[in-house]
Amino acid sequence: MRKVAWTTLSFLLAVALACPAMAGKKTIKIGLNVPITGDIPKVGEGSKYAAEMWLEDIEKAGGLEVGGKKYPVEIVIEDNESKAESAVKVATKLITDDEVLVIVGPQSSKQAVPAGEVANNYETPMISPWSTNPDTTKDRPYVFRGCFLDPFQGPVLANFITDEFGFTKAAVLYDVASDYPKGLAEFFKEAWEAKHSKGSVVAFESFTTKDTDFSSQLTKIIKSGAQVLFTPQYYNEVALIVQQAHQLGWDKPIVGSDSWGSAETVELCGKDCYGAFFSTHYAAAGATGATKAFIDRYKAEYGYVPDDVGALTWDSLRLVETAIQSCGKITGRIEKDRKCVRDALARIKEFDGITGKMTFTEEGDPIKCAVIVRISDSGEYEFYKSVCP
Amino acid sequence: MVFFLQNVVNALQWGSFYALIALGYSMVYGILMLFNFAHGDIFMVGAYIGFGVATGLLALSSAAGVALPGWFVLVLTILLSMVLTALVGVTVERVGYRPLRGAPRASAAITGLMIGIILETGNLALLGARRISFPSLIETATYNVGGVYVTNKKIMIVVVSVLLMIALHQFIHRTRWGMAMRAMAFDYVVVPLMGVPINTIAAMTFAIGSALAAAAGILFGVAYPVLDPYMGIVFGWKAFVAAILGGRGSILGATLAGFLLGFIEIFVAMVFPSTLRDLIAYSIILVILTFRPHGFFGEPHSARLRL
Repeated sequence: MRKVAWTTLSFLLAVALACPAMAGKKTIKIGLNVPITGDIPKVGEGSKYAAEMWLEDIEKAGGLEVGGKKYPVEIVIEDNESKAESAVKVATKLITDDEVLVIVGPQSSKQAVPAGEVANNYETPMISPWSTNPDTTKDRPYVFRGCFLDPFQGPVLANFITDEFGFTKAAVLYDVASDYPKGLAEFFKEAWEAKHSKGSVVAFESFTTKDTDFSSQLTKIIKSGAQVLFTPQYYNEVALIVQQAHQLGWDKPIVGSDSWGSAETVELCGKDCYGAFFSTHYAAAGATGATKAFIDRYKAEYGYVPDDVGALTWDSLRLVETAIQSCGKITGRIEKDRKCVRDALARIKEFDGITGKMTFTEEGDPIKCAVIVRISDSGEYEFYKSVCP
Repeated sequence: MVFFLQNVVNALQWGSFYALIALGYSMVYGILMLFNFAHGDIFMVGAYIGFGVATGLLALSSAAGVALPGWFVLVLTILLSMVLTALVGVTVERVGYRPLRGAPRASAAITGLMIGIILETGNLALLGARRISFPSLIETATYNVGGVYVTNKKIMIVVVSVLLMIALHQFIHRTRWGMAMRAMAFDYVVVPLMGVPINTIAAMTFAIGSALAAAAGILFGVAYPVLDPYMGIVFGWKAFVAAILGGRGSILGATLAGFLLGFIEIFVAMVFPSTLRDLIAYSIILVILTFRPHGFFGEPHSARLRL
């Protein structure tokens, strides 16, 4: 009797699970969890445009070919308002409501770290193109990324500043309430002090998101005798920090991280940012091959040179595409397909993207080169140096 | 010493904004017994109107082929935006508050919150989430005075703010309308019975408060040229703290408290780790309020306060 009950139950369960999948058409749905509004809308815009370009290619080919069959692809774009709590909501909605196969995004670590938790719990593959904080993918088999990590970017910048200028005293100004700047500021400090001596980061100053006046922190930094200012902030704060530093008499180099790479940094900051350096994923000026083709096409379609987020989103979508294809087939049973795509993503060992060649570690993190960019005297992002691990 | 003086300069600029915005809160609260929580967003609207006016003026002058000097455009921008934002303020009063004048105070308070959200999201819908860079109307000139760095913009901000505060003080204490406002602050139930038109006074209060917020918005745009639709929220809260700290309806109190807030914030960050700035700064203010619950210049009020 018990056996019969179990058989019936498992049969019913199987039917219940299979039904919704059988009812719907087999469309491959990809969720995009990006900041269309909020603090960094330009990041959301770049991601959206890159995704549109990718979808265009797929549609031109008549769908995504998996195991000899072509499936239509749909991209569901949801706005996370650049807030951690909204990113969590969006991830949950995409997974449970829209039943997407894969999520691309969120972009900044502040949202990617909490959203990664959700995706991993629901066993849905997620790839963040731009989040460099280690916590995003740590101990999360379902979460991947398309860029290098903060622990890598910290030493890269510390080495670069030491080799390039021979400085020994550095100052850091960062947002303590945001995962990305906070993580990077700490990694930089660690790397710098390991290289020089304890206390060689002579000023380690912070503020909180939405602050606009940094005069007292900058006054302290100037007094500290630092030779260089490192500020791993987003473009809206970069403009204010750099301008105020100059108005308070700072005339030494200012160095930033990949969050500076937005097309809007120079637009908001103006001449004050000329001559500054930052580390990033790719440099648009001087690109060749597939990278150049992407840049030219993006520029022709949307009127400006894509920033790193656009390029990384493109690479992440291509990674997802590769994974889905290597999966072999789409069964229409979402849990199974998600598992299959996750395994396929984890199997990718090498990938040649437009932001460089990458190989993947056990954690799902790529190893790739960083680029040091100098903002030229006409406000362009000039390739300065390539730093490989 | 240089370090200290540099921070005094920093604090003077920062305090000017708090003071200008606090005045608007203080007037509305003092005269109409109303917490106008939308005031921080009026400040934001003022900054955006200033952006629009400045861009428009620059476009006009370049179309006409006349090169207007930057300071002239700035003065014109401030004046025009003050008028336009005053109209916004009057509209807010007419649409949001007047219909609720007899309603419980809490309803009026949430009206302010709702109007604030409407202004923020309205702006978002209108202009999108893109950050707006406020046009730099005057070239920044940095002066090094014995190691203390001062810019022409900093000087201008403090001077313009102080001038506006003096003008307001004169208006309140030297004109008939000012007298009507003070009377209303004293008792807004009986005074209208004596022929003082409450609606006119209310509209005027909102107009003046909003005009000051607009001036603050433009000066803010000059000093921190990145505008976003949510810039007024935290700023509004802090200025509200200054308004209450200054004492109910006191112009001098709001001004001093605004500057004090600026000084406390800057100097806490100077002495302590900057991470603890707001934590320590606002704990200090809490302590001050404990000893002076009516603020600096407020008097223990009779039965009029009904919240």
